[in-house]
Amino acid sequence: MPVLEKGNAQTWRRRTTGENLFRWFGWLIGVAIFAVCWQRISEATTWFFVWDAPRIAGDIWTRATPPRWEYITQLGRPIWDTLNIATLGTLIAICLAVPVAFMAARNTTPSVLFIRPVALLVIVSSRSINSLIWALLLIAIIGPGVFAGIIAIAIRSIGFCAKLLYEAIEEIDHTQVEAISATGASRWQVMAYGIVPQILPAFAGISVFRWDINIRESTVLGLVGAGGIGLQLSASLNVLAWPQVSLILLVILAAVMISEWVSAKVRGAII
Amino acid sequence: MLRLEKLTKTYRTGDRALKEIDLEVGKGQVLALIGPSGAGKSTLIRCVNRLVQPTSGAVWLEDTDLTRLGSGALRRARREMGMIFQEYALVERLTVMENVLSGRLGYVGFWRSFLRWYPQSDIDAAFRLLDRVGLLHMADKRADELSGGQRQRVGICRALIQDPKLLLVDEPTASLDPKTSRQIMRLITELCRERRLAAIINIHDVALAQMFVPRVVGLRFGEIVYDGLPTGLTPGKLTDIYGEEDWEATIQKVEDEDVEEVEAAE
Repeated sequence: MPVLEKGNAQTWRRRTTGENLFRWFGWLIGVAIFAVCWQRISEATTWFFVWDAPRIAGDIWTRATPPRWEYITQLGRPIWDTLNIATLGTLIAICLAVPVAFMAARNTTPSVLFIRPVALLVIVSSRSINSLIWALLLIAIIGPGVFAGIIAIAIRSIGFCAKLLYEAIEEIDHTQVEAISATGASRWQVMAYGIVPQILPAFAGISVFRWDINIRESTVLGLVGAGGIGLQLSASLNVLAWPQVSLILLVILAAVMISEWVSAKVRGAII
Repeated sequence: MLRLEKLTKTYRTGDRALKEIDLEVGKGQVLALIGPSGAGKSTLIRCVNRLVQPTSGAVWLEDTDLTRLGSGALRRARREMGMIFQEYALVERLTVMENVLSGRLGYVGFWRSFLRWYPQSDIDAAFRLLDRVGLLHMADKRADELSGGQRQRVGICRALIQDPKLLLVDEPTASLDPKTSRQIMRLITELCRERRLAAIINIHDVALAQMFVPRVVGLRFGEIVYDGLPTGLTPGKLTDIYGEEDWEATIQKVEDEDVEEVEAAE
């Protein structure tokens, strides 16, 4: 109890002495663990390479500059593929995520006991595996190329979109739903009038946000052969063509900046 | 017209919100339900249109027992009962017109409502109602741009466009200032008179209830402890409903306000 009585005067402190001691010990243990870990990592590090790092980085920097500008003619098509992978993958993901989200949300699921756990499983399994790993799997299944990339992005994004969307569905104002039900509306009409308008801003925000993330993710998919600009990146890295690598990184940077600008604009317009 | 028989609601937590309520509301009769918070007022009106499932008892709307209806029949029965809410419960991101037309959802099919392609007669009715409550110029505004009193008027339109026989009104004035509260109560009671609607109005404000409503029912701990004229609400009766308190001021206030009303009318 933070309220203490001394004689007949009442004082108040944020914590009691016991609580203070407990917290102090907590911090002590935390710092001790940090020190021990630091020591372990230090023992396992080959410090020669670390001390050498600035020199190597400087070396790569001098090799990578200036970028090989004429290589840009070969990058148009791959960056276009990358954008398509991200956009189509996001569209597919959204189409699949909407029903999953409605099945996962506690207040709209047809069955809390059977369907909701399945929907949550879909969400977790899609989210737990990185898109690069999905791409590796899919390349083995449907062969290398842009299509594998699109599916990898889509599968990975379902969980993300569905999770955020079902949280939005669970947070809606219930009285609006009640009011629509009270008019004698059917289940689907309640959804269209009572629920959808309330989650629309969240839906738009989530979609654009995921598209933005997917553009970044799809730039690396090519590393494993799933199409896009990553293919050029891995080829250039393999032959140590550093000026090409730096140009590719610049192009990716530009693409990501544009996508961020677009998503900020779209979100501003909708909400 | 509406008859509750031994209506009981026990929540899963074990709270007995309603204890064998018997109540009859005649055609065109407006009734105020007063009582302290937690007395079961909201539960009672929600049991009528089954937003809350009653535990036992019957609710007769004319010749149908609402408690026994399947989901399809319940939806048709709900069209007969308009509901008005405390926090207006408008769909905030839809326009005023869409909110009013949503009262017709029980009558139009899914695709027509989804595409906002309502019959012309419904649209005419919506315009008439908006004109009646003085919001015709707001039809295209989004509901969240409106003030509290305006929103409640839209809520009233949404309930009335259902063409109901009965209005269920849950604390219509609890979020409004005193002047708007009176205007809204006056509007509701006038519209009930015009359309010969029965209404159950949950209300906190005893003075307001006495001012506008010819019959008052007092609820306490899920039981009816008063049923009679508003003038019969003596300090003793109010103590029965709400518990011990000095009630003279409340009743005094009503009489003063009544005088004001008359003066204003003159």
